[in-house]
Amino acid sequence: MSAAPALESETLLRVEGLQTWYPIRAGVMQSRVGWVQAATDVSLELAAGRTLALVGESGCGKTTVGRSILRLETPQAGRIEFEGRDLLELDAEELRAARQRIQIIFQDPMASLDPRMRVRDQIAEGMRSFGIGANENERRDRVASLLERVQLDPDTMDRYPHEFSGGQRQRICIARALAVEPRLIVCDESVSALDVSIQAQILNLLRDLQEELDLSYLFITHDLSVVRYLAHDVAVMYLGKIVETGPTESLFRDPAHPYTQGLLAAIPSIDPLIRGGAPPVLGDVPSPSDPPRGCHFHTRCASVMDRCRVETPAMFAANGRASRCFLSEPGGEDEGGA
Amino acid sequence: MSALLEVRDLRTTFPSSKRSAGPDDGLPVVDRVSFDLSSGEVLALVGESGSGKSMTALSILRLVPKPGRVVAGEVRLGGENLLDYPVTEMRRVRGTRISMIFQEPMTSLNPVVTAGAQVIEAIQLHDSIGYADARARTRELFVEVGIPDPDARLDAYPHQLSGGLKQRVMIAMALSTRPEILIADEPTTALDVTIQAQILALLRDLQRTRNTAILLITHDLGIVNELADRVAVMYAGRIVEVAERTQLLSNPLHPYTQGLLRSIPARSAAGDRLPEIPGTVPPPSQWPSGCRFSTRCPARFEPCADVMPEELRPAGGRRVWCHDVARNTNPQTDEHGEEEA
Repeated sequence: MSAAPALESETLLRVEGLQTWYPIRAGVMQSRVGWVQAATDVSLELAAGRTLALVGESGCGKTTVGRSILRLETPQAGRIEFEGRDLLELDAEELRAARQRIQIIFQDPMASLDPRMRVRDQIAEGMRSFGIGANENERRDRVASLLERVQLDPDTMDRYPHEFSGGQRQRICIARALAVEPRLIVCDESVSALDVSIQAQILNLLRDLQEELDLSYLFITHDLSVVRYLAHDVAVMYLGKIVETGPTESLFRDPAHPYTQGLLAAIPSIDPLIRGGAPPVLGDVPSPSDPPRGCHFHTRCASVMDRCRVETPAMFAANGRASRCFLSEPGGEDEGGA
Repeated sequence: MSALLEVRDLRTTFPSSKRSAGPDDGLPVVDRVSFDLSSGEVLALVGESGSGKSMTALSILRLVPKPGRVVAGEVRLGGENLLDYPVTEMRRVRGTRISMIFQEPMTSLNPVVTAGAQVIEAIQLHDSIGYADARARTRELFVEVGIPDPDARLDAYPHQLSGGLKQRVMIAMALSTRPEILIADEPTTALDVTIQAQILALLRDLQRTRNTAILLITHDLGIVNELADRVAVMYAGRIVEVAERTQLLSNPLHPYTQGLLRSIPARSAAGDRLPEIPGTVPPPSQWPSGCRFSTRCPARFEPCADVMPEELRPAGGRRVWCHDVARNTNPQTDEHGEEEA
């Protein structure tokens, strides 16, 4: 299924040159003393019915990108084209309409559900707000069928969130997102807090829903093993920038960027014959308020060359893949022992 | 070989909210848990949330949060039952013979005291040595746990350190009294994967050079594979299977262990459907009287829901509690007795 030739399908989301920085303020006057460079020059493309995984460690900016797409943050620069229109240029009314088509599911379902509101009302709230369903009865029927769709008993719709387990709560959040008929769902670490047996259930559910409803997912996660199962394409982020993109299988089989290589090698294997490897990436991630010059990864890169410390590599693209590393520059290798 | 730590039939309960709890009348979040930890060995307690793995560790240290309490069993360290120790004596054991590191180094460190001062204090609490000596020893420990630029880090406050460095400080503090046993409760769960790999390598090196026994609490079978010698799998307060690492990962016997391994996405080829374990862990108040996994088990048959399975001892020092394994095992090999207790 993942090898399906979906190349012709419509581009639903195109992010170009996105920059979202947060000001650092200090002093009595709260004047700006610097920037947290959360996302710089981020470009992504996601086709209808496909899943793009945005992968990276904490502080890499992946969540900022997701929030910027929902316009929960205000980017300084770039374009976010959704269904052909730039979300950054919409007025309030148009943005509201667009938001019906873009939903988000967070990591912690308990924090994103209202503890004092019945499940039925939480799911119906969006429908009411966007005028879906002619009356309360119709909406009630729709809530029932949505709950059934996410494999929950419709008879539980009058309960409160605390009466459900973590996995069931995440199903409620999925039902709530589906209630307004979105085309794109941003999943921000949506399965990261779940136990592995429950995680498998939710991943299967997300995939079934995608197939049925032609949904697109922007799947934001730090967990590469989940990515391989769910995503068609991957974008790896490091310190505010995309460092590698490509189709999932090809990227996993043959990662080009040293950071991607390190990330993949750092996942503990469950093969009893594989253990005890040296840590593939040393040191800590530098601060996003003061990223290193040149390639942001050069302070931790095992293949670092002199030019990496001063020059900033571009995305070098070839064969549907792209890598922000001088080693991927066409004809630019063979530095020997530099 | 006699074990350093012997846990026998440990039972920890929380009063059920429904009625006032009598002496043995609560919900058993840890139930008849028994295992040995040998000197220098790494034993992993694996399970999902609510399995009782962390509560087992806290029971060993007698740190179970109230109103929970240990109601039965023994925790023998070097032959003596820690559950009989007076509180002051237990406090000494905690500092010097058993140390613990937690998932969240940020919440375990005091934010207004420098990293160095916290380790120095831990050393001076248990050792009557002067400040200068304690500081020198702290510096050595910082070097040993791989903290770069140790002199500057001695005087750094926790918020000035990354998550990985904070966990290294916690490890330095835990090792400062040369404990025989280190209990590591999800030591890398809050860390990024590249930092996790660094901390796992560090723990492995320290375990080798110091020969410290480690009780590793984790939900992640990949981490088990990286560190453990033996594994005990827990489900709903009980151990369901104990085996040596390679046996457990390559040939799990209990249906829960099998399901757990299968549902890891990395094992599935892209495009395949992930094998699920259906349902969820029932809350303690709804645990079946028989095998607690019986509500979700694909191999369930007639006795499972009502009769608690007996311990089986297949070859290779393994232990497993499962009616299905019992009926599929040759009756000659599951008899007790030929191996030591």
